[in-house]
Amino acid sequence: MAAHRCNIFMLVFVLCGLTYVFVRADIEDTNHVKDAESVAVDIAPKANIGASLRSTKTEDQTQAAEEERQWEATEVKEADRVPDTMQTPDVPPLTPAKDQFQEELVIRPLHSGDIYASFQFRTMWDTDFLRGSKVSHYRLFPKSLGQVISKFSVRELHISFTQGYWRTMQWGQPFLPSPPGAELWVWFQDTVTDVDGAWKELTNVLSGIFCASLNFIDSTNTVQPSASFKPLGLGNVTDQRFLRYAVLPREIVCTENLTPWKKLLPCGSKAGLAVLMKSEKLFHSSFHSQALHFRPVCQDWKCKSTVWELRQTLNVVFDLHTSGQGKREWSLFKMFSRTVTEACPLASSSKVYVDVTDNPQGELFELSPTTPLLSQAVVLGDRRTYSVYDLTNQATFGQTRSLNMLLRWRAAESGDMLRPLLHGERYVAGYGLQTGEIHTLMYNNHPYRAFPVLLLDTVPWYLRLYIHTLTVTSKGRDNKPSYIHYQPSKDRLRPHLLEMLVQLPPNSVTEVTMQFERALLKWTEYTPDPNHGFYVGSSVISALVPSVVAMDTNSTRECPLFSSFFPCKEESSYFMRVYTEPLLVNLPTPDFSMPYNVICLTCTVVAVGYGSLYNLLTRTFQVEEPSPGLAKRLANIIRRLRGVPLL
Amino acid sequence: KHWSPHGPSPCPDELRLMAAPLTLLLIVAVTIRAVLFRSSLAELIPERVEVVSPLNAWKRGSGIIMMSSYLFQTPLIIYFFHFVIDYAEIVFMMADALTAVALYLAVKDYNKTVFRKQKYALEAERYPLDCLELIRTPKEMYYIPLKVAMFYLLNPFTILSCVAKSTCGLNNAVIALFILCTVKGSSLMSAIFLALATYQSIYPLTLFAPALLYLLQRLYIPVNWQRSSFWLFTTQYTFMYLGSLCVMVCLSFFLLSSWDFLSSVYGFILSVPDLTPNIGLFWYFFAEMFEHFRLFFICVFQINVFFYTIPLSIKLKEHPIFLIFMQIAIISIFKSYPTVGDIALYMAFLPAWNHLYRFLRNIFLVSVVLLACSALFPVLWHLWIYAGSANSNFYYAITLLFNVAQILLVSDYFYAYLRREHHLTHGLYLKRKDGSEATLVLK
Repeated sequence: MAAHRCNIFMLVFVLCGLTYVFVRADIEDTNHVKDAESVAVDIAPKANIGASLRSTKTEDQTQAAEEERQWEATEVKEADRVPDTMQTPDVPPLTPAKDQFQEELVIRPLHSGDIYASFQFRTMWDTDFLRGSKVSHYRLFPKSLGQVISKFSVRELHISFTQGYWRTMQWGQPFLPSPPGAELWVWFQDTVTDVDGAWKELTNVLSGIFCASLNFIDSTNTVQPSASFKPLGLGNVTDQRFLRYAVLPREIVCTENLTPWKKLLPCGSKAGLAVLMKSEKLFHSSFHSQALHFRPVCQDWKCKSTVWELRQTLNVVFDLHTSGQGKREWSLFKMFSRTVTEACPLASSSKVYVDVTDNPQGELFELSPTTPLLSQAVVLGDRRTYSVYDLTNQATFGQTRSLNMLLRWRAAESGDMLRPLLHGERYVAGYGLQTGEIHTLMYNNHPYRAFPVLLLDTVPWYLRLYIHTLTVTSKGRDNKPSYIHYQPSKDRLRPHLLEMLVQLPPNSVTEVTMQFERALLKWTEYTPDPNHGFYVGSSVISALVPSVVAMDTNSTRECPLFSSFFPCKEESSYFMRVYTEPLLVNLPTPDFSMPYNVICLTCTVVAVGYGSLYNLLTRTFQVEEPSPGLAKRLANIIRRLRGVPLL
Repeated sequence: KHWSPHGPSPCPDELRLMAAPLTLLLIVAVTIRAVLFRSSLAELIPERVEVVSPLNAWKRGSGIIMMSSYLFQTPLIIYFFHFVIDYAEIVFMMADALTAVALYLAVKDYNKTVFRKQKYALEAERYPLDCLELIRTPKEMYYIPLKVAMFYLLNPFTILSCVAKSTCGLNNAVIALFILCTVKGSSLMSAIFLALATYQSIYPLTLFAPALLYLLQRLYIPVNWQRSSFWLFTTQYTFMYLGSLCVMVCLSFFLLSSWDFLSSVYGFILSVPDLTPNIGLFWYFFAEMFEHFRLFFICVFQINVFFYTIPLSIKLKEHPIFLIFMQIAIISIFKSYPTVGDIALYMAFLPAWNHLYRFLRNIFLVSVVLLACSALFPVLWHLWIYAGSANSNFYYAITLLFNVAQILLVSDYFYAYLRREHHLTHGLYLKRKDGSEATLVLK
């Protein structure tokens, strides 16, 4: 009976949810992060009037906006071709659910011919994990994670597993940057007293949840950055004592990490967009990154109360040649060997976006089936246009009851890509196994604007950095960082942490070099493949980059003259984080087959020293008397036995 | 007894005569160093693991910002270099010169004492008659102080160490000053310098025994447990030593306002966490050590350095300066982070034991091995680290051989010293009971 009632309740809820979704689809849900700052471009006034501006005001606006911002100033232009889409009466949902779930997939054709697919799943829950009372009823939020969060008083948790390196110069900026390997950073509540203990336990628990080697995170690879990793959610505690950051660049991400990650989704991989995540396809790609972000955000624009947001993201880049067999023709089925047949029933919104910015008239590629909905968003300082497929609308699936988007290129060459304004590279210079030099290159490709960046470097202790050899040069001149935070390493205890604020001159390369010495380790401290080398995690470059939109002065777009005088129209700058390559550094190795020999030989030498000194110390000089012959000695022994005087 | 009774007397003329070559020597030494500082080698030498260790490397010690991780230098040294960081080259050259002058004066004074003792013994007819050829003449002793200074200043090891700006040169200067003060009989200064040397690198602690023995000998206080004067002086000297050590440690504490330096300097010396290759025995041994035996072997190896102090002091209680030589040599062989600068200090004493030459058994072999090893160090290092055609075992083998050679050298000198003393009491040409020529053996 209870089950029956529950079912009815569910049905009612789903219906409610669907109505809600339809309503919102009509007025095109737009997520404004900062309505104060962002001025909407007036393209479709009709839509704009009814636009529900769910604004979330964050404390740390610039940082927090990093992820949100991609949906800023979203305008929807209903194409004239399809006049009647979804005209549902404007009815507010009956009761706002305490939790809600949204899913979406963004597909962006890259200029290299590869294709970038980015899944985002967001669960919002208005609950209190921390106020003593145990949270016991979980609906959409994964229970395994919720329990961990309330047990360790986590305020923010960001974890990512990445296989492959994001090639910024070929692919542009990713929606969510992540370094190769595993990255974990956590802000604890300020009520936590033993942060290190909580961190240690948390990493072990997460290691179990995600089947990853996060248990290898210990004090030797954990740092507390002072400026680079500010909370992305609400909260004004920025005391770095409650922050822990660790990277495992060696971590290899595979199916066993994906499965537990999928299990955290409300629909699992049974329905919705998650059905596309078939591991044999996802891992047969140039880049794979799965992440999970947990943080408190505002519930409404007044920000009276906070809700917890869990955002799971998965980014994949399918290679033109290995996945696409060299043909510039992509479909959902070709990418994922699946098609979408339904939205997740629990989701309040479920959408697929395809980036058609470079393809306004369809001259570059052909997208089928076509969709009436278009959406614009400023993503990382660049205004993009997207075709939107709303999965909660049955019409999207058409006759075949499945959505299999097809992108077929018309032109062999894709258009010019906007060069990323900020870009980082890193390499090790020098030869031999004694010393070396780490070079970090930071490119500012902005033609006339200088901007400051925060560089964070964590280097393991076995590379002994010579901090006095640190040089920062741009355009051949010394560039003195305005802020340097250096925490030296301690052998076998903690890594080096170097953070600095550098001003990057316009259109320049800034080079940061530092010499280091390689340590010889104990033979048990080497990895099983010592001659492969040791990984040094990516450096993190965080910056407020001047927006490209503002740079774009010779815009052909029609816009009122009164709105276009000052260049900083939409946003003068946006937050960006760039990860450089991890480094692979060889260390001198001892001969691993030698322990017994070495112990024997060294002890012999010490014994030679001890023996010769002992000899001289205990004995005295005596005149050598000739020893009696063998016969005589034998005779004496017999005589002694007989008790006869000796010879 | 036909030998000239006037020893190396402190006649002002002679002093002036001796001062000229010493000055010349100092000028030559400083010139060599200054040239090397200006040459391209000044970049290369501080990279050599034989010359610098994590404890005394200039690069680590003198970063722009003094960081606690590389604070293997003691706080006082760092404080000192805050003032003279711009004149570092001059400071290191002056340290070498100071060491040489201190050794020169110390050996000169010591020779005088030796000569006086020998004179009294001769006058008391304590030496057997056939030992006359063992008696040291003023002529052969005349140039010994100069030779000592020369051995120190012109030793390639010292030069390398100075050009690398290894603080080992400063430690050597402190030890040389300690020897000078001890020989001159200034117990307070001797205690202060000994405390400074101990403060710098723990191991000179073992020099406490020879210094005490020498000072007692100088004051004609016999080493006798029943004598109150012996105890009085021992307590006095111990207090001076511990007091000054205490002052230095407290000063460091006030400089840094934390006790971290104790673990980062002395913990670093004793627990050997840094396994960077050097010419010593520790690095490869502890790189290859099984984890559960590590503590045991660290204890064994560290005790080994201090272990010889008491037996040597008993055996050589009449010859404290030779004891100092032995101790310095043992320290430089068995310490945890030895460099060639440490070796240079005890090698400077070798001319002072010229008279033992006839009793040395394998000096030729040892010198050849030492020379060959010194040449092979950079070669095998290059093969291992840069060319990749050899592995760590090659370099390790050379360190082993080098240390065996050093041990043989030291034990050979010890043997020769003991043998000479034996001959001085028992006669040079010993006969067996049956009258044939006897050979001496250790029994």
